[in-house]
Amino acid sequence: MTLKIKDLISIKDLDRDELRLILDTAESFKEVGARDIKKVPTLRGKTVVNLFFEPSTRTRTSFELAAKRLSADLVNISADSSMVKGETLLDTARNLEAMQADLIVVRHPCAGAPALLAQKMTSAVINAGDGAHEHPTQALLDLFTIRARKKTLEGLTVVIVGDILHSRVARSAIHALKMVGSSVRVVGPPTMIPREIMNWGVEVFYQYDEALKGADVIMTLRLQLERQGRSLFPTIREYSNLYGLTARRLSMAKDDVLVMHPGPINRGIEIAPDVADGLSSAILSQTTNGVAVRMAVLYLLSGVAKHEPVDPQRTPH
Amino acid sequence: MKRNERIVLDSLEINRALSRVAHEVTERNQGLSDLAFVGIRTGGVHLAHRLAGRLKKIEGVVLPVGALDITLYRDDLYKKREQPTVRKTEIGFDITGKKVILVDDVLFTGRTIRAAMDELIDFGRPREIQLAVLIDRGHRELPIRAHYVGKSLPTAADEKVKVFLSEEGEEDRVVITNDAEN
Repeated sequence: MTLKIKDLISIKDLDRDELRLILDTAESFKEVGARDIKKVPTLRGKTVVNLFFEPSTRTRTSFELAAKRLSADLVNISADSSMVKGETLLDTARNLEAMQADLIVVRHPCAGAPALLAQKMTSAVINAGDGAHEHPTQALLDLFTIRARKKTLEGLTVVIVGDILHSRVARSAIHALKMVGSSVRVVGPPTMIPREIMNWGVEVFYQYDEALKGADVIMTLRLQLERQGRSLFPTIREYSNLYGLTARRLSMAKDDVLVMHPGPINRGIEIAPDVADGLSSAILSQTTNGVAVRMAVLYLLSGVAKHEPVDPQRTPH
Repeated sequence: MKRNERIVLDSLEINRALSRVAHEVTERNQGLSDLAFVGIRTGGVHLAHRLAGRLKKIEGVVLPVGALDITLYRDDLYKKREQPTVRKTEIGFDITGKKVILVDDVLFTGRTIRAAMDELIDFGRPREIQLAVLIDRGHRELPIRAHYVGKSLPTAADEKVKVFLSEEGEEDRVVITNDAEN
């Protein structure tokens, strides 16, 4: 089977089978990352552009390594230059397309920017985070990591904690987890829980300890200090007391609970250092798995050459 | 479903062919210590295990068996309408310095073998690569030849050769069809 989509903008673009296809394909790519020579010739001659309108280390590097391990040519653009000069997003993108970019990985502070590009371009567009909307490859790598440890996704209780309101990671994760049959609890200060959450089929908690009972997975979110003023909670110290994951809180969850964080971590705020580095933590596995999942997405979306007719005379192997 | 199917090898004949190939392997390679099998997914992996099992019986030597998925090395990836499924390559031993016997079910254009050799060499530097196939059906498009052949089968280019194996829940058999839909 194959993906029916040209672009990956939102987890909602996928159906359950497509989601599984991406995870299964990533299993195979994980093996490539474990080889001495971590490179396969699959995307030779394809061009991938990392178009980042927001700072990023992990996601950008992860996509870069994924593309390079597939032998694609990769260009990194931190797009402040064209923004400063007043070029519109579409013009920047059209120029990249004029240089025959096959896949464009976009991160943008405005929700909907990647969707706009996807509509206007023949290149495949991958959303690497748009505003508070979605970050689909993060959700995919989270699911991949959970599945690797728990052997299943169905019937798990996953607690997502922190600033749900501003978190694209949480939005993508919630859609993905619901799709595969996990039950999701969210917990955070009332000011950080979006109103429309009732329509997402999740349980809402305001007391962390309560939410943790019977939890299989805890997904801690980064407190995005740079993204908003501190008007949503009185002090960082209070936030940390109420919503920081400590060893004591960890003991409220199941014994084999998995602790995750999309990074970068604010140590001592949303997660205590001993928990982040502890045995339950899968945080560094998430980073490793991120490369494999992004290789799978690049491979599957690069799919059929979109503008070329398919040769009916092809000889089978 | 089965239109125009013709069985060319049955279970007994497959087993005889594999036994003969196993003996040829021992003849060609004096001392089996440096030998290893690598099967090409999916059929080749089962055949590699069967050959290793026979060598264990004949010579009492247990040889390592690996599995190769060549999807990422194909030369026709972007000519296909559907993106092929990527499966895992699993080679749990160092191939450097080894005589590696690549195993596949059907040798046809030779393109799969080209891909397999390229992939194998990314894993190390084997001393030698030999090729064993159950069926050689001709129509080569690359200068590639097998060292061990279970059966040479003259075919027309538009016919299809399919190998069914018990490991996949099928009855062992090799069939030719000239049903384009298959």
